[in-house]
Amino acid sequence: MKIPYYPGCTLKSTAKHFENSAIESAKALGIEFVELPKWNCCGVVTPLAEDDIMHHVAPVRNLIRVLEMNKSGAVNDEKRLLTLCSMCFNTLKRSTLRIKEKVDDLDVLNDFMYKEEDYDGSVEVVHFLEILRENGFDEIKKQVKKSLENLKIAPYYGCMLLRPKDIGIDDAERPTIFNDLLTSLSAEPIEWRAKNKCCGSFLTLDNKEIVSRLGYDILTNAQKSGADLIVTSCPLCAFNLDNRQKIIKQKHPEFEEIPVLYFTQLMAIAFDLDKEVMGLDGNYINPVPLLESKGIL
Amino acid sequence: MPKTIVLDKKSVDFLKKITDLSGETITLCDQCGTCSGGCPVVEDMDITPSQLMRMVLIGDQTVMQTKTMWLCATCNTCTVRCPRMLDVSKVAEALRQVTLRQSINKVKIDEISKEDLSELPQIALVAAFRKLTS
Repeated sequence: MKIPYYPGCTLKSTAKHFENSAIESAKALGIEFVELPKWNCCGVVTPLAEDDIMHHVAPVRNLIRVLEMNKSGAVNDEKRLLTLCSMCFNTLKRSTLRIKEKVDDLDVLNDFMYKEEDYDGSVEVVHFLEILRENGFDEIKKQVKKSLENLKIAPYYGCMLLRPKDIGIDDAERPTIFNDLLTSLSAEPIEWRAKNKCCGSFLTLDNKEIVSRLGYDILTNAQKSGADLIVTSCPLCAFNLDNRQKIIKQKHPEFEEIPVLYFTQLMAIAFDLDKEVMGLDGNYINPVPLLESKGIL
Repeated sequence: MPKTIVLDKKSVDFLKKITDLSGETITLCDQCGTCSGGCPVVEDMDITPSQLMRMVLIGDQTVMQTKTMWLCATCNTCTVRCPRMLDVSKVAEALRQVTLRQSINKVKIDEISKEDLSELPQIALVAAFRKLTS
């Protein structure tokens, strides 16, 4: 499968290890990401005001790139756009829904982007986890070369993969897709309360105290539920749960740090890919001592 | 003594403005409190999400002076749980927009520290600018 791929800004900087590990793990499964040419920032958050059509321009412009790519023959999975970042997924997908619900908006958007080819509303936005589910978790099992069976993992879904319901990739309250993935990687997913509790998102800019309090609750809930580490698919959740442990530790000296990995890093570990692909030096809390103590690295 | 709520033209206009901007039929809210019960940041707010809905419903413009709308991170927990299928995050956005469209910014970009600028991922900055600046 060759599928159009939208990286988004953060996957080219602070979450480069997310992108690298995803691309290489996907290759092992016969899935090739073909990066969109000339993609632009999606805007990160979806515009919620009824009259705000303007901020749908950025997401829709990326969807036009998909149509161009299809014409070029560079991909064979037409009409779908693959995302890794949960926020990009949410924003791009919500724009596709807005166009479906308010057809007149599409005319406004096309008029505004008069230099572009008209967008026809046909592209579907998908998350890599959905592609993995579609491809079959058994296929993942076949690629596992390094057992993770001693590893207890808290799957952190956050908000943007699940809510609102019309864009969610799984049940908003009782998601299982991460659990299925982790099980197929031979790891043990734990059941826990805070799996879909908000990390505070962009409040991390002007309300660090709130974000670190939310983080403390999420991280300690994972630990009390028996987790060795946490996996996520959102670079903003990753920052709030991983990097913000610095503030949490200052406030709660007894707090024991816990590694937060992208799910694709775990795939790279289980598939025994190169250390560079795993990108474990990209995480704020170093996961190597834990993985070594479990005999995985 | 029961409190009398007067729906004058100003309050009716305010409700209409927020209804139009949010696209939500705010009068459907029956104050069950589910949104407030599930909100992850409710303890940091000065009024709860359900109080916010009530204030808008009765056209009480003092809601504009509360900080609740600025603490909504659009996590949509309330959205998926509302038994009336209302989206409180859209009402919060409408209230934010009333302020932001007067070119009043909640976050001053030139006051962000160098440390924050160097360590925050772009999605944190862009999302905050989109929600908290005009």
